[in-house]
Amino acid sequence: MNILEVNHLNIHDIHIGEPIVKDISFDLQQGQCLAIVGESGSGKSVTCRSIMKLNPSSLQQSGSIVFQGIDLNTLTDQQMRKRRGKQIGMIMQNGMSAFDPSCVIGTHLRETLGQHYGWNRSKIDERMHIAMHSVMLNHPDRLMNRYPHELSGGMLQRIMIALTLVLEPDILIADEPTTALDMLSQQEVMAQFIRLRHTLGCSMIFISHDLGAVRHIADHILIMKDGKVIERGETEQLFTAPRQEYTRDLLSARFALDNHFRQLMERKEG
Amino acid sequence: MNVWKNSAMDKMGQLSLIVVVGVIIAGLSAPVLAPHDPLAVQMSLRYAEPSWEYLLGNDQLGRCILSRLLYGIRPSVLAVLVVLLLSVLIGAILGFLAGYFRGKTDTWIMRICDVVLSFPGYVMTLAMVGILGVGLENILIAFVLTKWAWFARVIRTSVLQYTEMDYIQFARTTGMGHGAIIRRHLIPVTFADIAVTASSSVGSMILQISGFSFLGLGIQAPQAEWGMMLNEAREVMFTRPEMMLPPAIAIVIVVSAFHFLADSLQVALDPRLRQSGLQPDRLPDQQEVAVRL
Amino acid sequence: MGMYIIRRMLLAVPLLWAISLLTFILINLSPMDPAVVVLQAQGVPSITDELIERTQQQLGLDQPFLVRYLNWMLDCLQLDFGNSYITGQSVWALIGPAFLNTLRLTLVSAVSIIAVSVLLGVLCALQAGRVLDKSVRTLAFILTAIPSYGLAALLVWYFSVRLDLLPTSGMDSYRSYILPVLIITISYAGLYFRNVRSSMLSNMNKDYVLYGRASGLPERVITMHILRNSLQVAISIFCMAIPIILGSTVVVENVFAWPGLGSLSIRAILSRDFPVIQAYVLILAVSFVIFNAISDMINAAMNPKLRNGL
Repeated sequence: MNILEVNHLNIHDIHIGEPIVKDISFDLQQGQCLAIVGESGSGKSVTCRSIMKLNPSSLQQSGSIVFQGIDLNTLTDQQMRKRRGKQIGMIMQNGMSAFDPSCVIGTHLRETLGQHYGWNRSKIDERMHIAMHSVMLNHPDRLMNRYPHELSGGMLQRIMIALTLVLEPDILIADEPTTALDMLSQQEVMAQFIRLRHTLGCSMIFISHDLGAVRHIADHILIMKDGKVIERGETEQLFTAPRQEYTRDLLSARFALDNHFRQLMERKEG
Repeated sequence: MNVWKNSAMDKMGQLSLIVVVGVIIAGLSAPVLAPHDPLAVQMSLRYAEPSWEYLLGNDQLGRCILSRLLYGIRPSVLAVLVVLLLSVLIGAILGFLAGYFRGKTDTWIMRICDVVLSFPGYVMTLAMVGILGVGLENILIAFVLTKWAWFARVIRTSVLQYTEMDYIQFARTTGMGHGAIIRRHLIPVTFADIAVTASSSVGSMILQISGFSFLGLGIQAPQAEWGMMLNEAREVMFTRPEMMLPPAIAIVIVVSAFHFLADSLQVALDPRLRQSGLQPDRLPDQQEVAVRL
Repeated sequence: MGMYIIRRMLLAVPLLWAISLLTFILINLSPMDPAVVVLQAQGVPSITDELIERTQQQLGLDQPFLVRYLNWMLDCLQLDFGNSYITGQSVWALIGPAFLNTLRLTLVSAVSIIAVSVLLGVLCALQAGRVLDKSVRTLAFILTAIPSYGLAALLVWYFSVRLDLLPTSGMDSYRSYILPVLIITISYAGLYFRNVRSSMLSNMNKDYVLYGRASGLPERVITMHILRNSLQVAISIFCMAIPIILGSTVVVENVFAWPGLGSLSIRAILSRDFPVIQAYVLILAVSFVIFNAISDMINAAMNPKLRNGL
């Protein structure tokens, strides 16, 4: 069963007068993970934000986005807002800037959970504590009273994951969640994502510019370039037999870099 | 840096530039352009209506208003530009020293700037006038003494930013001399920041200096100055309110022209603003908390 | 936060001292001998060297510089700024009530400036690029190019002379405040609403706003977060503006014959009444430093990042 169907999505910037996303269609099955891979500027973030209707008003979108059988374009702002967070969740790229810098972390968590569940403070704290422990964050009490600048990017990323655990959305959109992190935190956060999928059984859209990073989590991959989907397929199939030149380049980019480095070193030694 | 040639400047900016240049030329050549002696009193022509001989009419002493406006450009606009040039020059030299050489030089220059800036400029100016006596020269001296610190700080920030760039670091490692680096690499790029900052403070300086003249602390009668002309007109405000119009309109036109010029300069020199298609906010954000007189 | 306040206050002390020294030096740089000023003010017909010397002794001008500075500073700390050279009155008796009058005008104006610029800034930011935003900004742009004395004269001519609605001068009732406050508000709100607007706009594009929306927070809550962050900039500017307005009411006081610091200082400057000028400069500089410190404290209370900085 398809939980999300995107048909002929076009997004167009009215200031510049140029299309950013050109006629994209894809669907997402219940419990599956779709990875959207592309360079920066390929339109992948804009595509995902359009699913949540979060693009600025200067970006106009057309086409249909059907979520659980309902066309999101027919929903009022109020109805859309109720679905955000609770049914369609999002994890931001940079944890450091995702929280209001003038409030403690707990403020955002309490406002969000209070909004969706109407829980009181102690109930929220109790549920957040469990969730934070499960993403390996110790001393949840202390963390809730910290300001964003006092925590690391990896910790903030895990706090967002913990919040998602409590909200239990049907679809989770992760917009380059590991790009801003160092190698060690990247691995930890990826492990949390894989666990999150297993615990919640939710569908996921995972955006990245790095094909290698999505190999272990994605079932399907969509490759975007200049606002168009240029290749799609199951993960293993795409890795073993890429049809497009561009995909081969993406795949070999890492190896190429390695090779180039090796060549340079050899030349130097020789 | 071909701001003037490539038409990066918008229509409003070009028009403002023409107005500004025109006013400067008119001020310089006032003795040629002015139809009459600005100080010649003719009591028979008091409050005379505009005529072919006296295009803007005559004031309470029968003096030619147009001639007084033209001569008034000198203290009201040209003097301000000279003051600006001097304070930018001092600020630029100190800002370059502080930003380029860093270390102790930087610390000391910035500390002096902090003290000067912690002292509100207009109080400084009033104090200087109080001590040295009333007169335009003293106000101008006070302006130079208080304004340089602001420019020094802005220019230092700009220099600091560019010194960090790779190509300057590269020039340093290749053994290029300090003088050559500053001349060839830093002055051209920081010039944009200096031009924007300087042009955006002209307007408020013109208003402030004419404000001091309005209070009777600046230029002394019978010399013509726009703020002073307004002050004289104020005395007959109840009977002849229209006397206030010529100097007031002159000030508004010149100040607006400088504001628009500063705006378009900022856009023309900052490609990011141009590309984004966003209208810039009038005047830069990091503006000095300006005194309005 | 308590520690921050203490540290910030300690930081202001050396600055206050530097200002007192600077003020004293400035006055002593004057080319005019104070003794001559006093004698001229008393209307002494022929000023002889002997007379000057005697007056210098009376004023304590014959003592060394440091001794004079120390005495002056100790007196100032007790609010004793000496006597006016011209009227012989105590400076504090002159400047105290004038300061209060100006402070009243300043505070009323500051409240009005804050209200107008926050309101316009927020409205324009929410309507950015639309008609309201464009027209408010154009109007503000024109108004900032008009000298405030010109504007004052224009409004007095219209409201007081043509319509005979408001008083032209003095401070008798609340109606006397209307025009002066209006003029000061127009002069400054035109500048400050822009800061509120651009700070709002830059906050609206921040990631935390996007994440707040993505979490399903209502617009009302998100707007509160944007306001909370944007008004920080506004608050520090307003605190800086208070001492600036305090000093720049000179023109408005002059036009409306407001019995405040501005009128007093102009009279003192024109008559070279050094003790009054000295006290005026000192009082304004001190209030500048104090309001500056207060603005830093308010900012630190609102922005936790700054607290660690000092």
